[in-house]
Amino acid sequence: MEIASLTIDKIRAGLLARSFRAEELAAEALGFAEEANPKTGAYLHFSPERALAAARRVDEKIARGEDPGPLAGVPVAVKDVIVTSGIRTTCGSRLLEHYVPPYDATAIIRLEEAGGLILGKTNCDEFAMGSSTENSAFGPVRNPVAPDRVPGGSSGGSAAAVAQGTAVVALGSDTGGSIRQPASFCGVSGVTPTYGRVSRYGLTAFASSLDHIGPFARTVKDAARVLGVIAGRDPRDSTSAEAPVPDYTKALDGNVRGLKLGLPREYLKDLTSESGSLIHRGVDVLQQLGCEVREIGLPHTDYAIATYYVIATAEASSNLARYDGVRYTFRSADSATLAEMYRNTRGDGFGAECKRRIMLGTYVLSAGYYDAYYLKAQKVRSLIARDFSQAFAEVDAVVAPVSPFPAFRLGEKVDDPLAMYLSDIFTITGSLAGIPCMSVPCGRTAEGLPVGMQILTRHFDEATMFRIADAFERAGGVN
Amino acid sequence: MKISEQEVRYVAGLANLRLSDAEVARFQADLDQILSHIDKLNELDTDKAAPMSQVLFETGDTATLRLDVIVPPLGNQAALANAPESGAGYFKVPKVIER
Repeated sequence: MEIASLTIDKIRAGLLARSFRAEELAAEALGFAEEANPKTGAYLHFSPERALAAARRVDEKIARGEDPGPLAGVPVAVKDVIVTSGIRTTCGSRLLEHYVPPYDATAIIRLEEAGGLILGKTNCDEFAMGSSTENSAFGPVRNPVAPDRVPGGSSGGSAAAVAQGTAVVALGSDTGGSIRQPASFCGVSGVTPTYGRVSRYGLTAFASSLDHIGPFARTVKDAARVLGVIAGRDPRDSTSAEAPVPDYTKALDGNVRGLKLGLPREYLKDLTSESGSLIHRGVDVLQQLGCEVREIGLPHTDYAIATYYVIATAEASSNLARYDGVRYTFRSADSATLAEMYRNTRGDGFGAECKRRIMLGTYVLSAGYYDAYYLKAQKVRSLIARDFSQAFAEVDAVVAPVSPFPAFRLGEKVDDPLAMYLSDIFTITGSLAGIPCMSVPCGRTAEGLPVGMQILTRHFDEATMFRIADAFERAGGVN
Repeated sequence: MKISEQEVRYVAGLANLRLSDAEVARFQADLDQILSHIDKLNELDTDKAAPMSQVLFETGDTATLRLDVIVPPLGNQAALANAPESGAGYFKVPKVIER
């Protein structure tokens, strides 16, 4: 079995033809992943018992002649910010190194009910704060395409696992680009669905008005299938949306003729890099497929980073307050008082980036600053969202870069937090608007580094996003 | 400087974060740089803009409410399983005294 080239359809066909059993596939996939993992460090730990038990349930269903589910036997990697009952969930943090959650995230329950096999948990920036996975307390992840480079972040381990072939699909989380940017750096598809499309029950909260769970896959179709499984209303997440979940694979017929695509002039004006020229070539391909392309304006783009880093850090400073040394495993020794225990635990437990964001978030929410920062940013956020709703009155989708540059070298940007923040410009706007957006592979630079093209659509119109990405993939992308 | 060393220490206190002197210096410089960038927001007149306090989607007022149905709770043992220190069915913490 060639684990690294499996797709959801191939696995299903093999299982139903009795070419292999899910349990055999699980054992082989686990063996391959454990052997290949030292090259990238994509996984923090594996969950063989759980994967094998899930595989046996798939085999039993097949033996009884039942449908084994849309993700039957599919090896899945899960970012270690999504809780898994009985399996350590560290969030890439020293604070949670030994934390074993007592419950499963809704996305995990849905994946397993659909027949998916959870192989293990993937490395990420601490509490999903970062753009390179270098902020993990457990060491960085190497990009499988170029081992001296980062996989992107914060869901770098999930992107690397799918790119390396040690998982067929993966789950990540995205607050300002943490799925799309690593997908683009590693050359796979990564999807941030509409805000509210997927339940966040069991996703460790970073910035609650911006957090999403979404899939990674090597094909657009596989990403669409995973989203179809995990999407939909969940009574345990009051922010999950009631909207019906269509069968996304029905949109994957290659027909994009007549779709109107908008190119934001604010994104492309300064983008003269190789990444920019690949995006232009990608747009040419879509035009040849029958899309109508026009320039659009997203005039508040320049304010997105500032808006995001106020809102996201304010919410993070509140969400991370729960790590106080009382409930979640880690407590600093030798504190005489409760207050001292809080300060010591948090001072010892959080890494530099988390501390920086807690400090910024606490500052912007502190007495006298709320209106000047948080309220102001919320107002600008509504202007950024309005930019998109005005654009979508004219076009069916917006096509954009994911990152100003391809994967950078390990260590290259760690010392300049603002520069790292500024590199999130193309992904943050869509996050603030709460619209669906994905990265689809769009060729490679002369050095062989993958570049991703971003496709953004109206709220709850993931189908059109997948339609365009799939047609682009079918046409061979660029190169 | 947008933020003084004293303010950095004050904010760290609000956030219950113990910082070393080196961290205080580092975060003062970092926050200064980031807050200077954030000042950009003041270029915009937002008097007529409503704050986006909800990520909007069309839904009824009560659509986000779940049914009031009793579900089994986590249970004392499971809830305490990750506690650094527990006893008699409770989380244990150091003595609480005034700061």
